[in-house]
Amino acid sequence: MATTEITRSIDARGMACPGPLMELIGAIRRGQVGDVYEVLSSDEGSKTDIPAWVEKARHELVEVVPEDGYARFVVRKAR
Amino acid sequence: MADDTFSLILFSGTDDKLHAAAVLAVGAAAMGRPVNVFLQYWALDAFREDRVLKDHGMVPEAGEDGARAFQEHGAAHWIELFEQAKDLGGVTINACADSMEMFGLTQDDLHPVVDGVWGVARFFMEAGAGATFI
Repeated sequence: MATTEITRSIDARGMACPGPLMELIGAIRRGQVGDVYEVLSSDEGSKTDIPAWVEKARHELVEVVPEDGYARFVVRKAR
Repeated sequence: MADDTFSLILFSGTDDKLHAAAVLAVGAAAMGRPVNVFLQYWALDAFREDRVLKDHGMVPEAGEDGARAFQEHGAAHWIELFEQAKDLGGVTINACADSMEMFGLTQDDLHPVVDGVWGVARFFMEAGAGATFI
C-alpha cells in the first residue's frame, strides 16, 4: 500500500495502560481533521483499546503493524 | 442520568485499588460513558489534598512480590488518571457526606478533582441501573 504521511509520531513505548491511548486521544483533540498520528506502544492493552476507541470516536484506523516488542498504530483524525 | 452511566463506589484507600478504579474511570470516559464516582471511608481519606501522594499501601493479597510488581510497572499515579478522566469530560467525583462528617472534613480538605459532597440518595439519582464497588 502507499505510504501514509504521518503528521506526528508518538512514542509511547514503555507506558502502562491506558497511557498510550491517552496520548493518542490528547493528540487527536488538539489536531486538525485529516491529520495522521502514529502511536508506538508496547502495552498489550493498546492492541484492543486503540482500535476500540478509534471505532467509538469515529476516526479511522489506517493500519496496525506488529513490530519487535511493540506495535505501531496509524490513525487518521476523521472529524 | 444517562443509561450507560458507569457508577463507581470507592471504599478502599490502598493505592492498588485506587489505581484499578482510576483505570476503569479513564477507560469508561474514553469510550464516551458518563462516569459517576462516589468516595467513601478510606478512599475518601486518600483523596485528602495533603494525603493524595503519600504511600497508601496495597491490599494484603499483594504481598511483597505484588507490591514490587505494582511499583515497577511504571503506571501513572491514580490521581493523575482521575485528572485525565475528568479532562475527557463527563466524569464527576463526589464525596460521601456521611464519611466527610465521620472524618470531620470540608471540601477544602479534598483534592480539587472532587466536585462536591453528596448524600447517598443523590449519588443513586445519577447511578443508572448498576454500580461497581471497589
